[in-house]
Amino acid sequence: MNKIAMIAAAAVAVVFATGSAKASTLDDVKGRGQVTCGVNGPSGLAGFGAPDDKGNWTGLDVDICRAVAAAVFGDATKVKYVPLGSKERFTALQSGEIDLLARNSTWTLSRDTDLGLDFVAVNYYDGQGFMVRKELGVNSAKELSGATVCVQTGTTTEKNLGDYFRANNLELKSVVFETSDQARQAYDEGRCDAYTTDASGLAAERTQLKNPADNIILPEIISKEPLGPAVRHGDNQWGDIVRWSFFAMIIGEEFGITQANVDQVKSSSDNPEVRRLLGVEDEMGKMLGLDNAWAYNILKQVGNYGESFERNVGLKTPLGLARGLNELWSKGGLQYAPPAR
Amino acid sequence: MTGMVDRADRFSGATVPLWKNRTARALFYQAVVLGLLVLLTAFFVHNTGVNLAKRGIASGFGFLNGVAGFDISFKLVSYSLTSSYGRALLIGLLNTLLVAAVGVVLATVLGFVVGVARLSSNWIIAKLAAVYVDVIRNIPLLAQLIFWYFGVLSTLPGVRQSIDLLGLFFLNQRGLYAPVPELQPGFGIMPVALLVGALGAVLVSAWARRRQMMTGQPFHSFWVGLGLIVGVPMIVGLIFGFRMTWSFPELAGFNFKGGFQIAPEFIALLVGLSIHTSAFIAEIVRSGVQAVSHGQTEAGLALGLKRGIVTRKIVLPQALRVIVPPLTSQYLNLTKNSSLAVFIGFPEVVAVFAGTTLNQTGQAVECIAITMAIYLVISLLISLFMNWYNRHIALVER
Repeated sequence: MNKIAMIAAAAVAVVFATGSAKASTLDDVKGRGQVTCGVNGPSGLAGFGAPDDKGNWTGLDVDICRAVAAAVFGDATKVKYVPLGSKERFTALQSGEIDLLARNSTWTLSRDTDLGLDFVAVNYYDGQGFMVRKELGVNSAKELSGATVCVQTGTTTEKNLGDYFRANNLELKSVVFETSDQARQAYDEGRCDAYTTDASGLAAERTQLKNPADNIILPEIISKEPLGPAVRHGDNQWGDIVRWSFFAMIIGEEFGITQANVDQVKSSSDNPEVRRLLGVEDEMGKMLGLDNAWAYNILKQVGNYGESFERNVGLKTPLGLARGLNELWSKGGLQYAPPAR
Repeated sequence: MTGMVDRADRFSGATVPLWKNRTARALFYQAVVLGLLVLLTAFFVHNTGVNLAKRGIASGFGFLNGVAGFDISFKLVSYSLTSSYGRALLIGLLNTLLVAAVGVVLATVLGFVVGVARLSSNWIIAKLAAVYVDVIRNIPLLAQLIFWYFGVLSTLPGVRQSIDLLGLFFLNQRGLYAPVPELQPGFGIMPVALLVGALGAVLVSAWARRRQMMTGQPFHSFWVGLGLIVGVPMIVGLIFGFRMTWSFPELAGFNFKGGFQIAPEFIALLVGLSIHTSAFIAEIVRSGVQAVSHGQTEAGLALGLKRGIVTRKIVLPQALRVIVPPLTSQYLNLTKNSSLAVFIGFPEVVAVFAGTTLNQTGQAVECIAITMAIYLVISLLISLFMNWYNRHIALVER
């Protein structure tokens, strides 16, 4: 009888405990003292989001998490990283397990509508490509009819692959793996003729092969893959914060504000937009519900977009990616931030 | 206790208040618990629905008709890049069923052999079987699958350096390629011949059993039956022609074309699952055989029966009563464990549906619900069949 009473009490408690009002994401984050950020897991993707040998997460995507933490708390280290596989990433965001997803996810119409997410910006313009062994003598993706292709499950990649082969009337044989590690290993062992993922991913994965130099990335880019951070649908304030945290990095690069010179710029710049961004004039931070030094903190602790790019994926890193489409709009690229005013 | 109270009630003749009646109280508590359970379930369902709606997540099963657009490497029935998600689900389901069915047969055969070998009077055989069981049982299945796939099958030569067996079979990293018959018009007579042969075998075995009951004379019905099943189609084929041509695997472009390919993912999964489960089955068989009193064997031998006959006709039937119930669990385990295939790239239902489809459509709740329902139904069916079989072989007292 006691047991039954206890079970009943527990059940009633569960039913009534969930009636409490829902706070905003910003309040939740402030209350918790850190931003929970979904990143590339389980072992990470070099250059975009991976733990280094000391266990610190670094990468182009990770810098978004750090920028948001710098904007909210004035401290870029106040981030809890949640490594997520491609299959569970959106569920983790939907269910509130993470506040922000920064995990090279492609912005698509169906994800923007059906999944209850909002993509807020594009931090890397990418496209899907193929990698093959040189000895195969293949120079174009169009020659891949009948080839076996290794691919990771749970990504837009799998469907793009089908679309491309269908559109070009090629015969496809794909072998699908749970993680990129297994897909890459199977390719490396010779199970597949080709390996496909986003071109930036190919560059990252190639560094992990037995003989990187024996493999080439084919010239065809078969899809548009705008990769960027996403937040839950319905909390516009939080969406604005993440969006403008990223834009602050772009605007920073535009005006040549770096980690090294941000203090000097703040004290001496006459440019009204720079002054507004760094919190010298007006109250941009307050409009976002943040401290007025939000953008200053981002640029001081994380750096501008160009710095983040060169540090994580640029030509001097093992990935060796050129800026390409990710160059600023003023230099012929696509990276463009609306004005801070 | 209940009885005493009831009797007291009857003796006193007075009406007892309902809350002092034990049965009524028991019913009441059970109704309360059941009510709370229903309430809780309803709350969860409602809560999920509300949250999905609030987040603007589409729900429903309409997505099953959408074009899947991804490729599935291993398929038993036709599937193309323009097939629907529903079709993809079917492919995944059939792949799961295939691997489970073949795996169960292989694991059972292997398990019985190892289990009996453990009881062998030959010291080396018994010890080898014991080592096999202990090693296999204590390594996680996922590790074994990855070992077979990445450790063993990946080390086979590449496509152009295939191991060539008689120019008919080719073994390489992409799997095993074998010739396959292509049926021609007029082939229909062959299945009929096979059916006739099988029917003959059944009749012969029934006749043999009756004769043994009447006269005590045994008859080699197994060999005669096998002869009928193989022989009748052969004779028919020789007279009317086999009406089929062979398709041979040939190296063309990237891969072998023609013939029949068994994918390495399938082989690795099948080998891994069968070997893993066989170790558990071996222990079940050993304990089952040991549960039969040694006196039974001695009695059989004393009658002058051969050792093989004693094992087959006296010991095993009695051991089966002990073996079958835990064997059911192993069959269920094997089926459910096949979901680990996603790690070695075999497209079974979890990989295709709870993986790719879920991610393409974002219908997490529906996809997971369907996948869980599929495993539940498969497991219940296996369990139902094994319980039926268990009753069938249970000791019948005459």
